[in-house]
Amino acid sequence: MSKFKKNKGKELPAINTSALPDIVFMLLFFFMVATKMRDPTVLVKTALPIVSEVEKIEKKSWVNHILVGPPINTSKSGTAPRIQFDDKFGMVEGANGVQAYITLKKNEHPEGVRDYLTTAIKADRSVKMGLIQDIKQELRKINSLKLLYSASEGEVIE
Amino acid sequence: MARKSRKIPEINAGSMADIAFLLLVFFLVTTTMDQQKGLRVQLPPYPDPNVPPPVVEQNDRNVLEVLVNSGDQLLVERKPLRINQLTELTKRHIQNEGRLPNFADSSQAAIVSLKNDRGTSVQRYVEVYNELIRAYVEARDEYALNKFGRSFKDLPKKSEQALEVQKKYPMKISEAEPVEYSSSN
Repeated sequence: MSKFKKNKGKELPAINTSALPDIVFMLLFFFMVATKMRDPTVLVKTALPIVSEVEKIEKKSWVNHILVGPPINTSKSGTAPRIQFDDKFGMVEGANGVQAYITLKKNEHPEGVRDYLTTAIKADRSVKMGLIQDIKQELRKINSLKLLYSASEGEVIE
Repeated sequence: MARKSRKIPEINAGSMADIAFLLLVFFLVTTTMDQQKGLRVQLPPYPDPNVPPPVVEQNDRNVLEVLVNSGDQLLVERKPLRINQLTELTKRHIQNEGRLPNFADSSQAAIVSLKNDRGTSVQRYVEVYNELIRAYVEARDEYALNKFGRSFKDLPKKSEQALEVQKKYPMKISEAEPVEYSSSN
C-alpha cells in the first residue's frame, strides 16, 4: 500500500567517530615533534629589526644564539644593553664571554660540522653597533665566521 | 566440568580521543614556532697581529663606500643619501660595467664597503645591509631573467646557471674593520 512510507520514527545514524583518535594522534605527534621543550628564559628584550631580504636557516640545530638587548627586569639589571647566552647574562670577554660560550657550543658538535655552525645575533633594534662590533671581533678571533643578524620579515617602512 | 570459554571483554576506547585531545592542546599551547630568519653574513677572518695587512690595490671607482654615522644618517661616497635611494645607487654601481667614471669597472670587481659608527643602531645597520643585499638580489634577478628567462631564486640551487649568475654578481659586501669616528657610544 504505501510504497513511499515516511520513515518517521527512524533516527539519524550515529556518525562513526572511531577514526577520530587517529586524526588527533596524528596532530598530536606533529606538535610533539615540532615543540622545543626547553626555551631559555629570556632576560633581555629583543624587538628584532624588520627587513625584506631575509634568509631562512635550514639547520636549526647548527645555530647558536646570542641575545643582546636591554634587560627586561630593569630594577635588578639596569637599562644598559646586556648579552645573554642560554639563560644567563654574559660578557663580551672573559670566562663568561662570547669566545667561551661559542667554544663550548662548538664542542657539543662532531668535528666535521663545526665549520657550519652559525651564530645568530638576536639584537634589539635600539642596541648600538658598538656592542655588536665587539661581539663580532670576538667571533672572528675564534674563527666562527658564519653570522646571522636575526630579523623579522616585513616591508621596510621609511 | 568444562569451563565456559569466556570472551575477552572489549576495551572501551571511547575516551582515548579525549586523552589525545588533552595532550594535543598541551603541545599546541607550548609550541613556539620561531623561525630562524635574518641576514646571513660571512665575517672576514681575524687579521694576524704579526703579519701586516696586505696592501690591496683597489681602484677607488670599484669601491662603493657606505657610511652610517651615530645619528643613523647615511653617507655614500662622501655624499649624504636617503636610505630609500641606496638600493638604486648600489645597483647602478654594480651594473655600471665601466660606463660612468665614478662607478665600478665591472660587476665582478665591484665592492661595497659598509662602515658604521659604534653609535649606529642595529635597526639602521640591518636596514642598510638589507638594502645592499636587495640591490644584489635585484641585479642577479635581472641578469637571470634576461639570460635564462627565470629569476635567480627560481633557478635550481648550485646549478650551472645559478653559479653563473653568482659569478657574474658576486656579493662582495665588506664590513670594514671597526673604526672609532666619534666618542659617543
